[in-house]
Amino acid sequence: MVVQHLDGNMLAGPLSEVFAVEPTTALRRCPHCRLVSSLAQLHVYGPRPGITARCPGCSAIALRLARHPDALWLQLGGVEGAFRFPLAE
Amino acid sequence: MNTLSPGFHGHTRPRSDRLPPGQYPTEQFPVLSAGPTPDIPTSAWEFALTGTDGERLRTWDWTGFGDLPQEEPTVDIHCVTRWTKWDTSWCGVSVDVLLEGVDTSASHVMAESYGGYTTNLPLADLTGGKAWIVHTFDGLPLPPEHGGPARLLVPHLYFWKSAKWVSGLRLLDRDEPGFWESVGYHMYGDPWHEQRNRSD
Ligand SMILES: [Zn+2]
Repeated sequence: MVVQHLDGNMLAGPLSEVFAVEPTTALRRCPHCRLVSSLAQLHVYGPRPGITARCPGCSAIALRLARHPDALWLQLGGVEGAFRFPLAE
Repeated sequence: MNTLSPGFHGHTRPRSDRLPPGQYPTEQFPVLSAGPTPDIPTSAWEFALTGTDGERLRTWDWTGFGDLPQEEPTVDIHCVTRWTKWDTSWCGVSVDVLLEGVDTSASHVMAESYGGYTTNLPLADLTGGKAWIVHTFDGLPLPPEHGGPARLLVPHLYFWKSAKWVSGLRLLDRDEPGFWESVGYHMYGDPWHEQRNRSD
């Protein structure tokens, strides 16, 4: 049995509680392998007990999200690898 | 005489007394994963016990691990996602054996895994016959999706504490959050007190 990752587009729902803009088009350069990918292209594992989204190139963790009854915990990568959200001009 | 429990090894309590609050029993063995399943050939497998100063105190390869005394616990397991599985049978090495003769002032342990997973536990919860490093489930080698070649088994805590693909135990002077604990899961995780989440 092989554990399959989910499509990054599934992050739209859980992240809609946090972000005012549609998040899945956000781009990120992986600090480990330098691959640039959109949030929708991340490999996602979960959603229980939490969501772990990984770089499609090297599997390094891009974000983690855990939804609890009274709080949503979100970790966005480390010091590097900021998400870049395209904005309307 | 207890007529509800069908005579499984070690269990004298009826199952109705063995279901923690908020759990339901399942016959399945659900697979929860936070990443790709690591492929660890037993020829490359190594298990390390690391001291609080980062020094590797002891290591075992697969053969050396197999030479340690083996136990066959049959235990109920409780996942924080609310399923409970009765009478799971395992084979492996008691953590007491791995720590035998180690003189430490450590209060906690970080279980570390191939693939980067971690989970924190009090040292006292790994000793006294309460925890094992297991390599066999239901009489067969532990499948990779369930943590093979070897996983930690700490059945009295929620099952996220039973780290899959375990590669070692690191002694700690104080408690530190592991992988799920760092995004709001409870530092201890007692299913009988529904310690699922924390608020700090
Ligand atoms: Zn990468």
